Amino acid sequence: MTITALLNELFPSGHAVTAADGVITGLATTPKGEMAVLGTTDHLAVGVETALALADFVLEIVRDRPGLPILMLVDTQGQRLSKKDELLGINGYLAHLVKCLELARMNGHRLLTLVYAEAVSGGFLSFGLMADEIHALPEARVRVMNLPAMARITKLPLELLQELSGSSPAFAPGVESFFRLGGVQEIWTRPLAEQLNKALDRPPGGDSRREEGLARQGRKLAGPVSRLVTAA
Amino acid sequence: MSDLSGLRRGHSYYEANARGRIARLLDADSFVEILGPAERLTSPHLESLGQPCAFDDGIVIGRGRLNGNPVLIASQEGGFMGGSVGEVHGAKLTGLLELAAKEKPSAVLLLLESGGVRLHEANAGLIAISEIIRALLAARGAGIAVIGLIGGVYGCFGGMGIVARCCDSLIINEEGRLGLSGPDVIETTMGVEEFDASDRALVWRTMGGKHRYLLGEVQRLVEDDIAAYRQAVTETLAQPVQALSLPGLEEEHRTLKHRLTRYGACQDSTEIWGDLGFDDPPQLPLLDIESFLQAANRVCRRES
Repeated sequence: MTITALLNELFPSGHAVTAADGVITGLATTPKGEMAVLGTTDHLAVGVETALALADFVLEIVRDRPGLPILMLVDTQGQRLSKKDELLGINGYLAHLVKCLELARMNGHRLLTLVYAEAVSGGFLSFGLMADEIHALPEARVRVMNLPAMARITKLPLELLQELSGSSPAFAPGVESFFRLGGVQEIWTRPLAEQLNKALDRPPGGDSRREEGLARQGRKLAGPVSRLVTAA
Repeated sequence: MSDLSGLRRGHSYYEANARGRIARLLDADSFVEILGPAERLTSPHLESLGQPCAFDDGIVIGRGRLNGNPVLIASQEGGFMGGSVGEVHGAKLTGLLELAAKEKPSAVLLLLESGGVRLHEANAGLIAISEIIRALLAARGAGIAVIGLIGGVYGCFGGMGIVARCCDSLIINEEGRLGLSGPDVIETTMGVEEFDASDRALVWRTMGGKHRYLLGEVQRLVEDDIAAYRQAVTETLAQPVQALSLPGLEEEHRTLKHRLTRYGACQDSTEIWGDLGFDDPPQLPLLDIESFLQAANRVCRRES
């Protein structure tokens, strides 16, 4: 779905979110009050400029609008693959964005994510995956890599990967896989404005993805293993 | 660099494995492993793909001492699937960082050597790296210094490249590489015109320790000697911990913005080095660490 249609569905009371070079930022109105919105459109490959533009907005919100909830709308094909980005240290730019979002959380901003189109590896990692709650539309596409590329790099037969995709959410691309792993908390059905209100009503919790992954039997070891370590 | 606790000289960090690095970095016999190989904790996903497993899933974690100070430490094993992060591997690291927030050691030392997400369990690995980032930043929020050490054969790439830059402070050697997308990934996806992964000199001057040091992304560039890393960690521990703060991140924002404005059009690191004030940029990769650091200091003085 287009970003315009999405914003209209999410914020029937109105919004002032604008797009520039695949980056969206702005404020929107919900029945619970105002909220900040940021994200990407058109399957944007997240490069150094993207990270700076998003970080700029997050810092502005932390500075000028204490405690305002932040919604991240994700549509990215991943990090931008280029020599220029690596030369400038793109990993540091993405880490900067991640740290700005953590600062927002530390300062009491609620962080929500909605994956509405694509969410892939480094691009997803740099903002959407930092939220307290991560949700996705049923038609969204979440993955690290598609199966043919995965087969090529791991040197495993594509047929084997396709066969195991049915039973193993750990590497099968898709929203359903991420849901079972706890990486996506809920798959949103319409009306979306209602789902957003419900999310804003819930008290923010810690990082519960391991527990959800265990409850949904997609990631059976992550929670227990980290608990063994903290108890050691 | 004459007081490198002489007894332990001459052990390459680059060539050592995960356990060898820990043993020589920490005070002798102080390391106690958590969830060691005897626990037989292996990846459930590799097994179902018929792939070989490791009893530590490619990461060694535990407690130890450095100059008597209690530290928590994690060391990724590049020799096992390139140090890649799977479900168990990631959970061990996340758990260690959560333990740090609770136990409040003098520091957490992360010996990073990883290509990032383990593709055999890609989705679980990606979420795991996100959990590592959250736990790392929470540990820093609790006032714990998190120090990253880089310099192994496989470098530090993918999501772990982001993790590295979330640390308080980084230590690297000349051979160490730090980035997001590795040379092979860029070449395979974008073509050899974008990045020739077989051009080792290009790889090193784009992602290597010297360039990362000159950009200010790593705080210490050291000889490839575990004793030199130990010395650098000791110096880092003597400094105040930098908590995440609005002024701190605003400062980082200005730095990154300035770098993009100034060097965004550069095609090669030698252009950046020339702009920094080095008279003969192509010579920099050839200098030994001592001469390189002297040259870098001269340039910094000229800048200020």
